[in-house]
Amino acid sequence: MTLSLALEARDLSQLPSRRDEDWRWTDLRGLIRELPAPSPEVSADVGPGPFGDLGEAVLLVVNGKVRGDLGLLNLGEGEARVVRLRFVSATAATGHGVKLAARLAPGAHLTLLESYEGQAADYLADAALSFQLETGARLERIVLASDDAEGVSVSIATVDLAPGADLAQTTLTDGARRQRLETRVAHPGQGAAVRMDGAYLVADRRHADLTTAVNHAGTDGTTDQLVKGVVADQGRGVFQGRITVSPGADRTDARMGHHALLLSDRAEVNAKPELLIFADDVACAHGNTVGALDEDALFYARQRGIPEAEARAMLTEAFIGEVIDRIVHEGAREVARAWAAERRVG
Amino acid sequence: MLSIKNLHARVEAAEILKGLSLELPAGEVHAIMGPNGAGKSTLSYVLTGRQGYEVTQGSATLDGEDLLSLEANERAARGVFLSFQYPLEIPGVPAMTFLRTAMNAQRKARGEPEISATEFIKRAREVAGQLKMDFDMLKRPLNVGFSGGEKKRMEIFQMAMLSPRLLILDETDSGLDIDALKIVADGVNALRSPDRAMLVITHYQRLLDYIRPDRVHVLAAGRIAATGGPELAHELEREGYDKYARAA
Repeated sequence: MTLSLALEARDLSQLPSRRDEDWRWTDLRGLIRELPAPSPEVSADVGPGPFGDLGEAVLLVVNGKVRGDLGLLNLGEGEARVVRLRFVSATAATGHGVKLAARLAPGAHLTLLESYEGQAADYLADAALSFQLETGARLERIVLASDDAEGVSVSIATVDLAPGADLAQTTLTDGARRQRLETRVAHPGQGAAVRMDGAYLVADRRHADLTTAVNHAGTDGTTDQLVKGVVADQGRGVFQGRITVSPGADRTDARMGHHALLLSDRAEVNAKPELLIFADDVACAHGNTVGALDEDALFYARQRGIPEAEARAMLTEAFIGEVIDRIVHEGAREVARAWAAERRVG
Repeated sequence: MLSIKNLHARVEAAEILKGLSLELPAGEVHAIMGPNGAGKSTLSYVLTGRQGYEVTQGSATLDGEDLLSLEANERAARGVFLSFQYPLEIPGVPAMTFLRTAMNAQRKARGEPEISATEFIKRAREVAGQLKMDFDMLKRPLNVGFSGGEKKRMEIFQMAMLSPRLLILDETDSGLDIDALKIVADGVNALRSPDRAMLVITHYQRLLDYIRPDRVHVLAAGRIAATGGPELAHELEREGYDKYARAA
C-alpha cells in the first residue's frame, strides 16, 4: 500500500490507511476521497529553491518530471560532489510521483541538498529514492521540506550500505496537510556508520511524519539518531524510529533520542521509538521525551527583559539548534539555521 | 525607590506573605534575613513578576510606579534585576547572545537605540575582567556545565552589564567558596551608587561581612518581624531565628 501505487494504478484502495500499523498516524486513505488528475509537464521557472546556489550542480524534478542529468546521482570511485536535488510541486489539484536511484562507487562522497517545494496548493506528491553506497562511500543528505499547507507529500528513501560506508542524514520539515518523510536503511555493520537526524517545526493544522528504520545485519555497526520537534496550534508531529539489531550483529552501537515540545493544548505528538535487539553483545540506548517549554527558563529570560514571545522563540530555536549543529556541510547548516529562525513557532 | 505596603501573596492555596511592608530608599542596601520558609524567595519572585505568585492585597511601587501590574520583562526594563538563587541553564544559547538580546529588549522597551556589537563586546570584556571571568566562558551556552560559583559570577556579570536600579540578590552567597564570595561581593559593591538600591536576601550573616547593609530586616512568617542596623545580623548569627519564629 503506497501513494505511488495508488497514483500509478489510479486506485484509491492502494492508499495506506490507519489499518496499516506503520501508517496509523498518517492515514491517507481516510483523507483522500478522489485521486486528482496527473500533473502536467511544465516549463515555468521555479526559482532558486531553499538551498540557493550551494553546490556544483542541480537536478530538478518538477511535477514528477526530471529536468537535468540523472547521471549527477551516479558517482564513480573516489568522486566527490555537492548536488541540489529539488522536488517541486508546481500545479494545484494534481498528482505526481517519481522514482530516482543514486549509486556511490567505493570511496565516493555525495552531499545531497534535497528539497521538497510546494509552489501550488492541494497537490499529491510522491517520491521514491534508492541509494546504494559501496565500500567506504559517504552520503550526507540534508532534506528540507517546505510543502504547501494544503499539499500531501510522501517521500520514501531506501539506503543500502556496504561495509565501511557512511550515511549522515538530517531531515527538516514544517509539515503539510499530510506529509511523510521516511528512510529505510540496510546496515551491514562492519564499520559502516549512520547518523539519522531530524527536526520538525509544525504549526497551524499541519502534519509532519518522520519515520525511519535501520536494520543492523552485521557486527560492529553504529547508528546515532537525534530527532527534535516543536508543535504549536493544532499541529501534529509523528516520529516512528525503529532500530533493529539482527541476531549475530554483535558490538552494534545504537543510540536514539527523540524530544518534542508541545506549545499548545491542542498540539499533538505521536512517538513510537523502537529498539529491537536480537543480539547479545550490544550498546544501545534510547530516550524519548515530550513536554512543554521549561517555564523556569522562560521566567529567567523574561526577568532579564526579554518579552515572552521572543523568549519562547529563543528557547525553541535553541532546542532545535542541537540537531542543526550536527549538519556537516557548512552552507547547508546555515540554511537550516535560517530556516529554523524563520519558522520558529513559539 | 522601592515601597512595599501591606503585601499579601500566595502560592497556590498557601499564603506566604502576610502583610509585608518595607521602604528601601535610593542609595541604600537592605538585607532581608530569615529562617527557611519565611517567604524570602517568594518576596523576590513577587517583586519580579513570576507566574504562580498571586498578590491578594497590598502594593509594591518603584519610584511611585505600580510594579505589580507590569509584566516580568517590563519590570526588568524599568531596572529591576533579580540575581537568582539557582540560575537557570539555557542550552543552545551562548551567554553573550542571551545577554545582548536581553539588553536590546530592555533598550527597545525604554525607547533607546540598540547597542552595537562592538560596543557590547567592549563592555563585556571590561566587566568580565573586573569579575576575573574567562571571556571565553561567555561564548558557551549560558550556565550549561558551569559550577555553582561560576553561575553566581555570571549573575553578577549580567547585573553589571544591564546596570539596573533595583538589585535583588537572592542567596547570592550559597555555593560560593570564600575567594569567589569576595569577587562577587566586590562586583556588587562596585554597583553601589546614590541612584541604586539593593535588597540582599540571605540566610547567613557571612555575606553581610562583604556587602555591608544599611538596614537589616528579619522576615519571619511572611512579614517583617524586626528591623535594625548591621548589628542585628550579628545578633541573628549568635542567637538564631528562634525568637522570631516563636513570636510568629
